[in-house]
Amino acid sequence: MAEPALSIRGLTKVYGNGFRALKGIDLDVQQGDFFALLGPNGAGKSTTLGVVCSLVQKTEGKVSIFGIDIDRDFAKAKYQLGVVPQEFNFSQFEKVLDIVMAQAGYYGMKRSEALPRAKQLLTDLGLWDKRNGSARMLSGGMKRRLMIARALMHRPKLLILDEPTAGVDIELRRSMWEYMRRLNRDEGTTIILTTHYLEEAESLCRNIAIINNGEIVRDTSIRELLAELDTETFLLDLAVPVERAPEIPGFELQQIEPTQLALAIHRGQELNTVFQALSEQGIQVISMRNRANRLEEMFVSMVEQGQSPIDEQSAKEVDA
Amino acid sequence: MNATQTLIALWTLVVKEIKRFTRIWPQTLLPPSITMAMYFIIFGNLIGSRIGAMDGFSYMDFIVPGLIMMSVITNSYSNVASSFFSNKFQRSVEEMMVSPMPNWVILSGFILGGMARGLGVGLIVTVVSLFFTQLSVEHPLLTLLVVVLTSALFSIGGFINALLANKFDDISIVPTFVLTPLTYLGGVFYSISMLPDFWQGVSMLNPILYMVNVFRYGFLGVSDIPVGWALTAVFAFIVVLFTVALFMLERGRGIRS
Repeated sequence: MAEPALSIRGLTKVYGNGFRALKGIDLDVQQGDFFALLGPNGAGKSTTLGVVCSLVQKTEGKVSIFGIDIDRDFAKAKYQLGVVPQEFNFSQFEKVLDIVMAQAGYYGMKRSEALPRAKQLLTDLGLWDKRNGSARMLSGGMKRRLMIARALMHRPKLLILDEPTAGVDIELRRSMWEYMRRLNRDEGTTIILTTHYLEEAESLCRNIAIINNGEIVRDTSIRELLAELDTETFLLDLAVPVERAPEIPGFELQQIEPTQLALAIHRGQELNTVFQALSEQGIQVISMRNRANRLEEMFVSMVEQGQSPIDEQSAKEVDA
Repeated sequence: MNATQTLIALWTLVVKEIKRFTRIWPQTLLPPSITMAMYFIIFGNLIGSRIGAMDGFSYMDFIVPGLIMMSVITNSYSNVASSFFSNKFQRSVEEMMVSPMPNWVILSGFILGGMARGLGVGLIVTVVSLFFTQLSVEHPLLTLLVVVLTSALFSIGGFINALLANKFDDISIVPTFVLTPLTYLGGVFYSISMLPDFWQGVSMLNPILYMVNVFRYGFLGVSDIPVGWALTAVFAFIVVLFTVALFMLERGRGIRS
């Protein structure tokens, strides 16, 4: 079997103030995967990825990228790795083309090789027209695309995207999704994604790990995870206002507004039964949608289960 | 990285640094030219003509090497300090850290960038001085060697300052409270032979005195201190500070959590 694109064993990070950000996590991301690493703010996602790309020094543990141990030959491992960080991390005063060309230079790419690559990437990401402008003149979405172009200059086999679509409008977000899908499908680039848009993870990723309080609480496929979902909540918009939520035996209905009901459906229950009962009571449903993304419901329940009073206390100390 | 890739990476960083200070030339190249022109007019021409000879040379000829060296020192230092700290502040230092570029290349790239500005400004100030006096260089190779070494030394100093700095104020403290006094008291405007014995002894503790004197020796052929000893001291400082800066970089001081 091929070496995993990323293999993490017993990774621990204790910061100078004593805070244990990572508590010995194990994680494998297989080659060619589109992998989601999810977790609430401060759970340890960015610390994990920071260790992988050398921005954070680990306390203990082992990290290998395509079988290359970062403690033995980090430089070789770094050639396999492209990073799109959460926050803008380029000089705002430099020209767009200079930023991507400099990155290629840091990897030792010749200008004759780097320039066509830069042109291709900036064109694909809709930035070629902006190449001679200063980076600070770009919109937020353009800056995110610039960081993607920069990360791809040296043709990495593993791309880490830390919240790549944060603050990006829906249309642009979808075009970025399509670009990432193509990258994963056509070029075989392994992608690790962290995001707060769980719809994004559900739509793009095949496998998922959920990290909370510095520990991996789930590491599975998205399909398996969703299969475990016990309850889905739907919002029903009604044609005519009702005074209170109708009672249907075996189902939980709650009135949100006079013309809106929340319906909790457990595994094995059928929506047809509800619609039939509502129809018999003269209530007409004109539209229906999920209250939250399915993965989001699962994620929230897992994170809430994992929250202990001790963890909350330690989080407060760190904030202080 | 193989040797070619390493050279490409180093060249990329040096060019980037040169582009940075030339892009903001009204902040980096113009002010020292104007300031030094003022020094030449006021101290060299107006006051200098009343001071008379210093170590057997006109006051203008005496202060020109010192003022060139002062420009080289302050510009080499502040270029690296502000550039590297800006990279930290804007987090663009991460571009370098995630790349396979070795730390010694990162350090050397910034040093060479600082030297490019320091020596560039030194050249501009030299050209400006030609409007006020005729320069003759007694020992050209020695002059070049000492100015290059001094520029390298203060570029490394600026790098260490930037690594340790947490806010912009931290990169102006050393130039304001350490470099400027040491430079003014380093024999730029006077010969230490004018001082009482005690203050001559104190002055000998000032490393900038050695650099200014060796540089002046290169131009005029006179020095207050032994040239060979001074060059050895500068070289030793470079080796020590480069090692310290590289060690700090390897440890991720100020840039890795």
